[in-house]
Amino acid sequence: MMHLWLPMLLASVLAGAGTYGVLARRNAVLVLIGVELILNAANVMLVALGAQDGSPLQTGQTLTLFIITVAAAEICIALAVVLAMFKLQGHIDLSASPLLTSVEDSAVDEEANR
Amino acid sequence: MTTRDIVFAVLGVIAAVSAILAVTTRNLVHAALWLVVGLGTIAGCYVVLGAELVALVQVLIYVGAVVVLVLFALMLTHSPIGPNRDLANPWWQRLLAALLAVSVAVLLAVTLVPLVGEGALASKNGDTKAVSTAIFGTWVWPFELLSVLLLAALIGAFALAKIAGAGLARRPRRRRVRPAPRRPAPTAADRRATEMPPPAEPAAAPTGASPSNREGSGS
Repeated sequence: MMHLWLPMLLASVLAGAGTYGVLARRNAVLVLIGVELILNAANVMLVALGAQDGSPLQTGQTLTLFIITVAAAEICIALAVVLAMFKLQGHIDLSASPLLTSVEDSAVDEEANR
Repeated sequence: MTTRDIVFAVLGVIAAVSAILAVTTRNLVHAALWLVVGLGTIAGCYVVLGAELVALVQVLIYVGAVVVLVLFALMLTHSPIGPNRDLANPWWQRLLAALLAVSVAVLLAVTLVPLVGEGALASKNGDTKAVSTAIFGTWVWPFELLSVLLLAALIGAFALAKIAGAGLARRPRRRRVRPAPRRPAPTAADRRATEMPPPAEPAAAPTGASPSNREGSGS
């Protein structure tokens, strides 16, 4: 016998921490760590709710396994993007990337196209 | 408070603290290692919740594969080892982010905790056999779709690596060449203009000969 509000509390704390990681970090890999934490919050929530009495079809655990797989695919692509960004720009600072904050770069491109 | 409550609370506190440290530490490698601690204790939480298969998959994929990938990415991008102030945004953005994060956490907690209320864990959560029966029975089509998704992710990662390689080969050259046509363009035109007269004389002969050609073609 175990109370289910504890996993819910843990899930909300994890989601908050992940949100802070996504918003406050500049390094792309650290932003990804925040995304992973949010996904784990969802997983904790799913497992806990799937463990309730009378939840059908093992939904919680099955969907958690699916989310873990999707997260693996996501981080594979995301790290490929990070490495491509590093190759093209020499850094992975999201707030200093001219491709993402494109005022200067688009001006340079327009000049070059003229 | 039962024994499982207490064990879950201890593991959950460790997981929450290490998650917060993973997003606040100034050291990149420490962030990845705190992530290991957090994900490992979350696996422990799954065991307490009675989901052994999920806990094992969590250890295998998250603690094993994902964290190794993150560490590889940190090393391949020449990340600075040691404390670094450039990892986070300026203080006012961090303050806003903290406000938003706390409000997200409070909102979720206020919504979810009353949702389950005094609800309790089922005495027998689904064991591995039940979960695998469900996956390969009810959930088999989403499962097959997931394999397609993994294939697409694999191909996408390859394509991205290839694009990045091509960009690396092309991008600096374009930067060097792009200004070049602008400045040499007039010089090339000048050169052509200065060189035009000498070819113009030999060209005069072909133009002189062209009537004959035309005559030849005419005849």
